[in-house]
Amino acid sequence: MLRLEKLVKTYKTGDQALKAVDLEIPEGQVLALIGPSGAGKSTLIRCINRLVEPTSGKVYLAGTELTGLSAGALRKERRRMGMIFQEYALVERLTVMENVLSGRLGYVGFWRSFLRKFPQSDVDEAFRLLDRVGLAHMADKRADELSGGQRQRVGICRALIQNPALLLVDEPTASLDPKTSRQIMRLICELCKERGLAAIINIHDVALAQMFVQRVIGLRFGAVEFDGPPDGLTPDVLTTIYGEEDWEATIEKVDDEEIDDTIEAAQ
Amino acid sequence: MPVQDYNDQKLWQRRTGRESLFHWVLWLTGVAIFAYCWQQISDATTWFFVWDAPRIANDIWTRATPPKWEYFTQLGKPIWDTLNIATLGTIIALVLAVPVAFAAARNTTPSRFLVRPIALLIIVATRSINSLIWALLLIAIIGPGVFAGVVAIAIRSIGFCAKLLYEAIEEIDETQVEAITATGASRWQIMAYGIVPQILPAFAGIAVFRWDINIRESTVLGLVGAGGIGLQLSSSLNVLAWPQVSLILLVILLAVVISEWVSAKVRGAII
Repeated sequence: MLRLEKLVKTYKTGDQALKAVDLEIPEGQVLALIGPSGAGKSTLIRCINRLVEPTSGKVYLAGTELTGLSAGALRKERRRMGMIFQEYALVERLTVMENVLSGRLGYVGFWRSFLRKFPQSDVDEAFRLLDRVGLAHMADKRADELSGGQRQRVGICRALIQNPALLLVDEPTASLDPKTSRQIMRLICELCKERGLAAIINIHDVALAQMFVQRVIGLRFGAVEFDGPPDGLTPDVLTTIYGEEDWEATIEKVDDEEIDDTIEAAQ
Repeated sequence: MPVQDYNDQKLWQRRTGRESLFHWVLWLTGVAIFAYCWQQISDATTWFFVWDAPRIANDIWTRATPPKWEYFTQLGKPIWDTLNIATLGTIIALVLAVPVAFAAARNTTPSRFLVRPIALLIIVATRSINSLIWALLLIAIIGPGVFAGVVAIAIRSIGFCAKLLYEAIEEIDETQVEAITATGASRWQIMAYGIVPQILPAFAGIAVFRWDINIRESTVLGLVGAGGIGLQLSSSLNVLAWPQVSLILLVILLAVVISEWVSAKVRGAII
């Protein structure tokens, strides 16, 4: 579904953020990207939708090569890649509804979007998605009135209304408390399963990644150090990714039932 | 080195000896220059006129009071002209300033090496010349009257508005722009959804602020013949009609106070 071939990114400063990364993600697979700060996680997912231009290498999305596309063709392909951000990146002064509908900008002409005349099918879909994440009653609120968890849910809706085949998720839980983090991760993974989406999730919290994903990639200095199932993250592996540390205490299995309870209580 | 060892204690001072000496010399030079300039100005002043000032001021005060209230009926039209000059000038300036601001902001300019310097030049050129001087030039070109005043105010305001607006554009949160870009939005859609909502409060604030300034500036434009209440002021001054002058000054004061009040209200409502 998504294939990266020898993807290299060298910044103008000379920092090599990505060193010939090869990666293949099959349809519907949710993958966690872990690694220390500065390992190139953010750069990697931004090179996929070319928010950051890769220096060399190829990116294939369902057979289409992205790095050589013209601006117009790239915009069309970006619609197939929903992105979710660390600090939510909602347009703060627009309403929740406008933020969700902004996910359709790639499909709607300028004047229609400028005058907020989105097709009724888009509006229906926006309400459906907001309902799915439990924010239907918030549609008219301004984005800056929402709490962190609520904002991230709006961010998820904005990505999903694009009708993407792939989600690029950049530290979705870094600004959230532990409980909300789990709820958001669970929501993202559930939605991916419902819609058969592949996802790349950048995440710092190794335990959280282990709980929810099927595959983990460990990145260190812009190179893939680990690629395997979440169970394969032994202390030794974590040491090769992050460096020396006492890992035993921090990668304990989290009790899943307990989290189910808290989510039910929250709903 | 501000830290010194002294009897096994570490002494810390803000500056080293050399630095404090340098500062002291700097202050001394400053005071000396001030004293010298004071001396020069004092020599160039005809002190007789200055000592005489209170008597003259008192004389003008007695001539100017009470204001000639019945003259008020003739001021309605000029003050209305003044308001229109300020308002129209501000609107025209804002329309022209928006594209200039987008061309000047580092993150939105179409070209850093061609368009941006031109935009910055427009900002500097229009800002550096006072509206009174623009009015003098424009009266020579398009003749005296309200229109010259409107254009003068508009030109003078472009640079001011564009400068504040482009600074606001450069300070936006780029992640919001990134998020809109990632949806596959076009260049104009990114502008409308990612940038415009972020700068709208700044834009409204700048508009009201500049309108407020322009009311004050347009009251004097008449002095050079560009319409408005300044025209009445200059003709009254020319015939030494001090009671009229005092009334005009009162009316200007009133207009400025009202504009100040309106702009404070509007700014409070938007931001």
